[in-house]
Amino acid sequence: MTDTVGKSEVEQTPQDYKPSIRPEEQRTLPSGEKEFFFDVTTSDLEVNMGPQHPATHGVMRVLIRCDGELVTGAQAHLGYLHRCAEKIGENVEWLQYLPYTDRYDYLASMNNNLGYSLAVEALMPELEIPRRATLLRTICAELNRIASHLVAIGTYGLDIGAFTPFLYAFREREWIQALFEKICGARLTYSYIRIGGVFNDAPPGWLQEVGHFCDVFEEKWKEYHDLLAVNHVFVMRTANVGVIPKEMAIDFGLTGPMLRGSGVDFDLRRDMPYMAYGEAHEAGAFDVPLGEGKKGALGDCWDRFYVRMLEMKECIKLVRWCLEVIEDGPIIGDVPKVLKVPAGEAYVGIENPRGELGHYVHSDGGKVAVRCRVRGPSFVNLAVVEELMPGALLADSVAIIGSTDIVIGETDR
Amino acid sequence: MSLLQDAAGPVLEHAARPEGDASIFVSLHRWLIPEAFADQVPTWFVALGGIGIGLGLLIGLISVTVMFCVWLERKVSGHIQCRTGPMYAGGWHGWAQSIADGVKLLTKEDTVPKDADRTMFWIAPAIVLASIFGALAAMPISYDWWFGRMDLGVFAILALSSTTTIGVVMAGWASNSKWSLYGAMREAAQVVAYEIPLGLSLLAPLFALGTFSLGEASALQSGWFGMKWAIFTNPFLLPAFLIYAIAALAETKRAPFDLPEAESELVAGFMTEYSGIRWSFFFFEEYAAMLLMSIVGAFFWFGGFESPVTGALRSAGVEESSLLFGFVCFGTVMLKGLFGIFLMMWLRWTLPRVRIDQVMTMGYKYLTPLALVCVLGAACWEALVHALFS
Repeated sequence: MTDTVGKSEVEQTPQDYKPSIRPEEQRTLPSGEKEFFFDVTTSDLEVNMGPQHPATHGVMRVLIRCDGELVTGAQAHLGYLHRCAEKIGENVEWLQYLPYTDRYDYLASMNNNLGYSLAVEALMPELEIPRRATLLRTICAELNRIASHLVAIGTYGLDIGAFTPFLYAFREREWIQALFEKICGARLTYSYIRIGGVFNDAPPGWLQEVGHFCDVFEEKWKEYHDLLAVNHVFVMRTANVGVIPKEMAIDFGLTGPMLRGSGVDFDLRRDMPYMAYGEAHEAGAFDVPLGEGKKGALGDCWDRFYVRMLEMKECIKLVRWCLEVIEDGPIIGDVPKVLKVPAGEAYVGIENPRGELGHYVHSDGGKVAVRCRVRGPSFVNLAVVEELMPGALLADSVAIIGSTDIVIGETDR
Repeated sequence: MSLLQDAAGPVLEHAARPEGDASIFVSLHRWLIPEAFADQVPTWFVALGGIGIGLGLLIGLISVTVMFCVWLERKVSGHIQCRTGPMYAGGWHGWAQSIADGVKLLTKEDTVPKDADRTMFWIAPAIVLASIFGALAAMPISYDWWFGRMDLGVFAILALSSTTTIGVVMAGWASNSKWSLYGAMREAAQVVAYEIPLGLSLLAPLFALGTFSLGEASALQSGWFGMKWAIFTNPFLLPAFLIYAIAALAETKRAPFDLPEAESELVAGFMTEYSGIRWSFFFFEEYAAMLLMSIVGAFFWFGGFESPVTGALRSAGVEESSLLFGFVCFGTVMLKGLFGIFLMMWLRWTLPRVRIDQVMTMGYKYLTPLALVCVLGAACWEALVHALFS
């Protein structure tokens, strides 16, 4: 991709632009007409989308090469929000690193906590996670998935130019945040899911309120569906735009809704079950929605958007199932204040709202990790943007970036 | 002295016309200067004073309406989005929000980008504002009150309102920003594409009514107790109005056609580099253009000054030249205009933005031919009605 963008305007000299007719190159056509060649050179315009741009959802810079409205090349520049998350993981104690995990995908902090906790727990086979903790983790992770998808579809509407669905989505997200505030005191960076369980039990009435939220949310879901998903203008803007065929999705290592939007049936919750997801799937508590190419080609922006819409419904089903089977009991296993993790290495990938969030942790038996590596879904999913851009219009480029649903905190870490 | 008298000549000639025909510029001085002193006041003073007062009234009227519209937009968007909109400034439902914003914008630093074309950068908002005021001057306020009486009023409005594009393109070019340039180019392309269906769709009621003058168009719709609106008299005027409404949305750069200032794509398009009061001029123009388009639509499709209220006043024997009738006319047309603006706001906060190729396709491939069909249909219908019933 670099070669399409690499050539800068500066390298071209002004005389390149001078239009002239070159009579020596004229030729006579079979019809007897004379054909002239006009020596007109045009140069593509390089525009920086970002680092401060509403469409990049954070401080990312996309260098776009444009021929008028047509995008001929794009290159994403990352790193504006780099905070050395992995290096910090190798310098602070196991438990101390947990709040840092909140910060990479700040729209799905519960899932980040969960991924890290599961990875560390994989090194401690004797540690037993109480069942109530597992179910509370599942409820929180799924609620957070809804909140994250709400931001995704809301801001996607904003990218396309519809302002109102964004605020509708935030209305429900606000409720989820209030629920999280009740259970852990934080609205964005929770650090609620700890190594060994969760740190706080659900307050009285919390589970009932979650059930009430599920009922209300299903009603509200129809609003987003009518306002965005089947809106004719929205479909015109997103169908057949940024099409990722199945093979390309697999080649780029896409995960999450990006992959399922292209019709690849892969979900870590079902295919590599962790926590109670295997049990939940056997009980029929959730399905894995796939893109079907309903409004255009399979794997276009609309499919990715709609997979997120459908996933929110599945989350509600999962939360309902958890509320049915949850029982009283302890919420955290026996974890010492100063944790020494047995030597070994582990990789655990979980299904984050954006795809596979993998944590690789390596311990030498001490208080601090030797290596703490994070495989972020946004970072991997972003790679496909450069491939999709050429041939799209400028407005489509915004739709494509929006449909990848990246969180810059996580691409840069 | 003589120069001024020469300059005032046309205005004075205008003043010599019969009472009912006078523009606001001239008729005002009749109220302000007692008749006994009229001879002693120099004519140039009268002319300039009349122009000054007229311009002041026009600017004041439009400014207040625009400020109200800005407040309305915030309230409408707020209520559509389950919010309340401004609630604090001024007390009752944040009525003074626009005034507070105006003060803020006036006191803000007026920045010019380093490599911008300063002169063009400064002139552009003025051109935008001047052309929209010029267009609005052709708008009658009642049957007897005019800013500038024009028999070809609708021509003047179309011509002057499309010169705002020049200002927008200048602003985009002078800003020396690629995003601004994109906005300006989009604006130029869009306005060229939609001027055609806009003008053509206006031709349909022009055929039905047989006049270019807004006041006359209104007078022609005064039958049926003030409800003989053009749209009810000719079946081809409804599709023509829909085309006009879509084209007017595109002309005024309102969503879903707000591509020139698409905030999620072009940051703020041609206004990106503007700040403070110069930025507010573009904003001002947008709302004034909405008002203009709504009012032109009201005049040629929805009866203009006419409503059952004017019908009742007529049957009660109130004269058209009376003060009461004038205010009723003014109120009617403003309400119709504001309703049109409300519909535009409703659309803006409901629909996503269309893409530039879709905008062009719609303008050239669908709206233009359809507008031609409407014109033809409306003309044939009028000919048919004329042949059958007279």
